[in-house]
Amino acid sequence: MSISLEDVHHIAALARLGLSDARAASVATELSTILAHMEVLATVDTDGVPEATGTGVVELPLRPDAGPPISMMRPLGSFAPHMRDGLLLVPRLSSHESAE
Amino acid sequence: MSLPSAAELREDTITGRRSTTETVRQAIARAHEVRAGRDGLNIFAWSDDDDARAHAVAASDALRDGHGGGLAGVPVAIKDNIATTTLPTTCGSRILEGYVSPYEATVVTKLRESGAIPFGKTNMDEFAMGSSTEHSAYGPTRNPIAPDRVPGGSSGGSAAAVAAGIVRVALGSETGGSVRQPAAFCGVVGVKATYGRVSRYGLVAFASSLDHVGVFGATVDDAARGLRVVAGHDPRDSTSVASPVPDFHRAGERPLAGLVIGRPLEYFPESLDGRIRALCDAALERMRGLGAEVRDVSLPNTALAIPVYYIVAPAEASANLSRFDGVRYGRRVVGEGLRGMYEATRSGGFGAEVTRRILLGTYVLSAGYYDAYYRKAQRVRTLIADDFTRVFNSGVDVLFTPTTPTTAFPIGAISDPFEMYMSDIFTATANLAGVPAMSQPIGRLHGLPVGGQFMARHFDEMTMFRAAYGLERALGAEAQA
Repeated sequence: MSISLEDVHHIAALARLGLSDARAASVATELSTILAHMEVLATVDTDGVPEATGTGVVELPLRPDAGPPISMMRPLGSFAPHMRDGLLLVPRLSSHESAE
Repeated sequence: MSLPSAAELREDTITGRRSTTETVRQAIARAHEVRAGRDGLNIFAWSDDDDARAHAVAASDALRDGHGGGLAGVPVAIKDNIATTTLPTTCGSRILEGYVSPYEATVVTKLRESGAIPFGKTNMDEFAMGSSTEHSAYGPTRNPIAPDRVPGGSSGGSAAAVAAGIVRVALGSETGGSVRQPAAFCGVVGVKATYGRVSRYGLVAFASSLDHVGVFGATVDDAARGLRVVAGHDPRDSTSVASPVPDFHRAGERPLAGLVIGRPLEYFPESLDGRIRALCDAALERMRGLGAEVRDVSLPNTALAIPVYYIVAPAEASANLSRFDGVRYGRRVVGEGLRGMYEATRSGGFGAEVTRRILLGTYVLSAGYYDAYYRKAQRVRTLIADDFTRVFNSGVDVLFTPTTPTTAFPIGAISDPFEMYMSDIFTATANLAGVPAMSQPIGRLHGLPVGGQFMARHFDEMTMFRAAYGLERALGAEAQA
């Protein structure tokens, strides 16, 4: 499987990664080389074999939809630039303007 | 001077013959002596002598209040992807530069409650993606045994901290062998328990169906005692299993006689270095001499582990690492609009290997390729797990293999990503199947350590440790010769 430059730009956009054209070209080569080693899987007969959904150790246990509270080691206000009326104030993401 | 064993440290601390502050003073002195800092071995991503001293005082206070547990008075180095609240947690990445967690990992809480002394955050491959600890934003760690060589990875800093004699116990994490492989390269013991045995609450996620917290020790006993403290059910981790935790450090009380050890043919291929094969076979012969039965067995899908691992792990990583977007954690790089900010932050914050794996994972999950890669890999993963079930159901108690196909390689020697991935060829299977596994020294080649690996049934770490204690006793000083 050879990965094209177009493929790289497509998956980079999905992954929210900005790549220069030069970097994208080298990534296309790297991923093509790596995926060539994966082709062996296509030769394995997996008819009727279920997909692994974990390690098969135990089924995930169910529990009430409530967990213990997170034990915060510092006051809530220390995690944000500003706090007002019990709310955290953060910069606006689209404009990067100050929170104030 | 290096510290005495974890058992001795505990005993001396509890009986008042040694203070926690003296122990930490000794560990700090050793770190300076071996030049553990950035301009030397570069073992720690973040360390602070005052922080270690403060933890020593806290441990002393806890002991006075009667909280002396299994690691009382024992300094423990902690990998930089395990959340702590007094030092940064950056996963060896620029994208988390300056990030200090608001809460701590359950394993760290368990350490502190046992009277252990958290001692620095160890360097690692960025987001645990690597096998050499060269891929850290904070520079490569050097192997204390041979400083021109890598310590292995991704938990190379933790392995090096133990190998350098700074601590007797360290925490690491592994997704495909990132504890056992550096343990082998550095000549120390590294263990990962059964998937679900140790809480991952506070471990920064890489590939959630494969991630484990692991423990390094200078000896089998150090590692057993460390694992005993951090293991156990945690309601904060939904994959944690409520299973009783035995005293792993008592496993050595049972002799090797009667133990059935499997020697899987696929871990001893024609291409394996003959000297590594000879050391493994010599170790098996020693165990046979002590009454163990050695059987040739087959795990026929072993060779498929690397292709499966490098599809499943990047796929899960591409989802887990989507949270690092400049909004919630660490650094933010201003870009054009919201999308521009995401891309600028992530592209500038992630290193080359992490970027490569996110793209690989995104590709194998994307429309048109999901069935051919991800779904297929998950089916083959079932076959790999079935191999273990079949062998253990045949009466084999433990498997014994080389941990790695080579000894520690020179820094900068491997530039081909897939060649680096092959370092995990003997270790990734245990993560895919969730079985417990550990590495311990079995000898040296030209002064470089060689590791031997045990693997056991799910939740049968006691049998694995029984074998490890027996082999360690049988080899004695030869294990480091």
